[in-house]
Amino acid sequence: MPIFIDRRLNPKDKSLGNRQRFLKRAREELKRSIRDQIRAGRIADADAEHTVPMPERGTGEPSFNNARNSGRRQHILPGNKHFSPGDLIPKPGQGGGGGASSPGNTASEDDFRFVLSREEVLDLFFEDLELPDMVKLNLKEILAFKPRRAGFAATGSPTNINVGRTMRNSHGRRIALRRPKQAELDAVLREIATLELVPSGAAASQRIAALREDLDRLERRRRRIAYVDPVDIRFNRFDPQPVPNANAVMFCLMDVSGSMGEREKDLAKRFFVLLHLFLKRRYDRIEIVFIRHTHLAQEVDEDTFFYNTQSGGTVVSTALEEMHRIIEERYPAREWNIYAAQASDGDNFAGDSERCKALLNGKLMRLCQYFAYVEIIDEREAHIFRTTENGTSLWRAYSEIDVRWPNFQMSRIATPADIYPVFRQLFGRQLAPLKRA
Amino acid sequence: MARQASKSSLLFSGSDWDFKTLSRAYDAIEAIAVEELHLDTYPVQMEIISSQQMLDAYSSVGMPLMYRHWSFGKHFLYQDLLYRKGARGLAYELVINSNPCIVYLMEENTMALQALVTAHAALGHNHFFKNNQLFKQWTDAGAILGYLDFAKGYIARCEERHGLTAVEAVLDSAHALMAQGVFRYHRPPKLSSERQREGLRERLEYEERSYNDLWRTLPPSQQRVSDKEQEPERKKSLNLPEENLLYFLEKNSLVLEPWQREIIRIVRVIAQYFYPQGQTQVMNEGCATFVHYTLMNMLFDRGLISEGAMLEILRNHSNVVFQPAFDDPRFSGINPYALGLDMMQDIQRMSTEPTAEDRDWFPDIAGRGNWREILLDAWADHRDESFIRQYLSPTLIRKWRFFVLGDVADQPHCQVASIHNERGYAKIRAALAHSYDVGAKRPDIQVVDVDLLGDRHLRLQHKVNDGVLLEDASRDATLRHIRRLWGYEVSLAAVDAETGATIHERSTSQITE
Repeated sequence: MPIFIDRRLNPKDKSLGNRQRFLKRAREELKRSIRDQIRAGRIADADAEHTVPMPERGTGEPSFNNARNSGRRQHILPGNKHFSPGDLIPKPGQGGGGGASSPGNTASEDDFRFVLSREEVLDLFFEDLELPDMVKLNLKEILAFKPRRAGFAATGSPTNINVGRTMRNSHGRRIALRRPKQAELDAVLREIATLELVPSGAAASQRIAALREDLDRLERRRRRIAYVDPVDIRFNRFDPQPVPNANAVMFCLMDVSGSMGEREKDLAKRFFVLLHLFLKRRYDRIEIVFIRHTHLAQEVDEDTFFYNTQSGGTVVSTALEEMHRIIEERYPAREWNIYAAQASDGDNFAGDSERCKALLNGKLMRLCQYFAYVEIIDEREAHIFRTTENGTSLWRAYSEIDVRWPNFQMSRIATPADIYPVFRQLFGRQLAPLKRA
Repeated sequence: MARQASKSSLLFSGSDWDFKTLSRAYDAIEAIAVEELHLDTYPVQMEIISSQQMLDAYSSVGMPLMYRHWSFGKHFLYQDLLYRKGARGLAYELVINSNPCIVYLMEENTMALQALVTAHAALGHNHFFKNNQLFKQWTDAGAILGYLDFAKGYIARCEERHGLTAVEAVLDSAHALMAQGVFRYHRPPKLSSERQREGLRERLEYEERSYNDLWRTLPPSQQRVSDKEQEPERKKSLNLPEENLLYFLEKNSLVLEPWQREIIRIVRVIAQYFYPQGQTQVMNEGCATFVHYTLMNMLFDRGLISEGAMLEILRNHSNVVFQPAFDDPRFSGINPYALGLDMMQDIQRMSTEPTAEDRDWFPDIAGRGNWREILLDAWADHRDESFIRQYLSPTLIRKWRFFVLGDVADQPHCQVASIHNERGYAKIRAALAHSYDVGAKRPDIQVVDVDLLGDRHLRLQHKVNDGVLLEDASRDATLRHIRRLWGYEVSLAAVDAETGATIHERSTSQITE
């Protein structure tokens, strides 16, 4: 009789620690691989499981092995069909069947692709952006408000009067203050009428006088105690209840004129990816609209957005106009949370910046939950520009908008690490004003 | 007989299992095993696990306890990938050479499979572990679980005290030398008890604390004798040449701290524990397969399992012993289950129904009818290489249609050297046996010289057999690991085993990081 132990209920993932150690070891390389994949892939695909190749560095397990292409050796194989001693068989080349020796297991074990979970992917992706853990874990909610019944109130607008409750109060008050009922008055009136019908003596007229006095008293009392008094009135009370708005649309605006190179586009893309990730955690459905512009703006698909270059001047306002047109057409601000992120190197056609300012002030900022402008600058200029408010004409124009609208953010980005501060502004400081709105 | 054949005598019916049925099946199987095959086993501990836990067990080299290391995580990812893709199913069972013998059973198995697995692992492997000479001599089944528990705890404590990176560095280097970390020719020292090790550690720590640098400043007492004269003396004092590199480094490295030595020792002990398993694949699996096949048929003959269950068992059995021919796309080497089972059944056949050829080749076996004793002896005394060398019969060579292919590195063709004919039998047998000789397969690398008082240059020698050299990239990487453990320059000379001529020499100073 053997001993039986049921291990099925033991904690699983015994090797989770080993897996984590392995990922930690390969971190740098995995990070690069994830970054490349996100760079090459679609924005919406960043937030998923990724398959990554086995990192080459740091995860090898070397040992002394015999070289396969040296020396004399013998292979013993089963299943001879027609060979005789002395037959020559060409050595299998690449992909040739009928192999002499099977490839070792170890060779393939260092060369496989494995799956990283969504959390691991985001971890690796966020790490580079220097997001603090708190932000990663605790994404703050942006809310829409919907009125919800919350009991009754003594004050309110007439449309919200709760008739049932009001009448109940009035009824109780009338009983408590003994307001004469209509039936009582009617009874007195009827008695007077019957007495007056028959001509009678002094006793009757005395009785009538007493009744009239009664009637008068009752009517006065009825007048004094109102049928419905303001103290009876109750209103339905509504509380603004925060409800997550399920839909969001994200506008990506980018200058694609010649001055935006690979590096600029890559930084912009990472900014867009991050914004998308943040939005994705909050909204059920997110649509992304890509608008690229030179001196003309057009809505394009993602591939065209990132990989097609176009020549031309730079007129930023065209993109804003296009965005406004699309909002009017497809995304009414009542139903959609509208986010916009604009990336540019700051070049703009002379005089156009004023027009941009007018467009934003007049139309767009009221529609948008958030408008982020990132100016991608040269790394060598980073130390100059970070300290000064001066800049391109676009930057100066946008600075004024920044002051006026709390949901407008602008930042200069030179390296990936600069991307995060924009988000800190968005998800930290910005929350309060949005709630009041 | 009639009563036996009735339904009530069945050990189980249907595919569901419970612990009572498992226990009843084990008792019945064990009774037959002892009675018919004279098996002798450790007590058994059966553990039911889920597929996830089986994957976990795979990644920690099948041991129930293991210290933590990233490489196990890597193996886990690999196994997990294969399993998820459906490229590889999981084993039905896993068995650990320990006392009591631990057998893992998968919860998904049907009752028929559980019975098969019980016969295969709990009796077949178990008997082999307990009786085979290699396992008896070289591993300590009673102490291994306790030792692993100690190892896991010790390495975790080291990680706390010295940091993950420092511990990983030592483990990485030690893992690289695992194949060179075993004693092949002499019996390894017995595992000392926890108390002895504790005492040793305390002594080392005391030495560390009471170390006085002043002793180093004493002038040498006499003139140093010349290197040439000193060499034999020096080699003798260090027990050189030494085949166990990990042992040598653990005992003699000048840069290692006591905890690092202990970690190397742990890796070395585990390598030694697994060494016999690599040499007895055909025998071990053959023994287990032969036992389950024989026992299941006996159970069926006695009416203890139903025809349906037997069909399921046979189907699984034939999957396990499937051997595709060399030109089949599914071919991935010789299936040890199939070869082992065939050889053992062949012994059974020769002993009961011999042919004239068998009488000629195996006079001691043919027609004697004592196959039980022969098999018990073979399981006890042999490893794969010697078993094949002794028992592979011409009948089997013909059945498998074995042939030998000569492969010389710089020629475009392989040449068929021998086939299954009268002239080829002995050659094929010798070649097949040789291919299972771990001593010949693994590169033979030894420590040959080091001058501890001089430049401390560690000299290794690789005996090159049949001109088979080491692979360059992995050799350099491994040498770097040795250097890390040794602390000073390390060089590896490739020496032809027959002529003694040095083919080339590689030193860590030539290897750039």
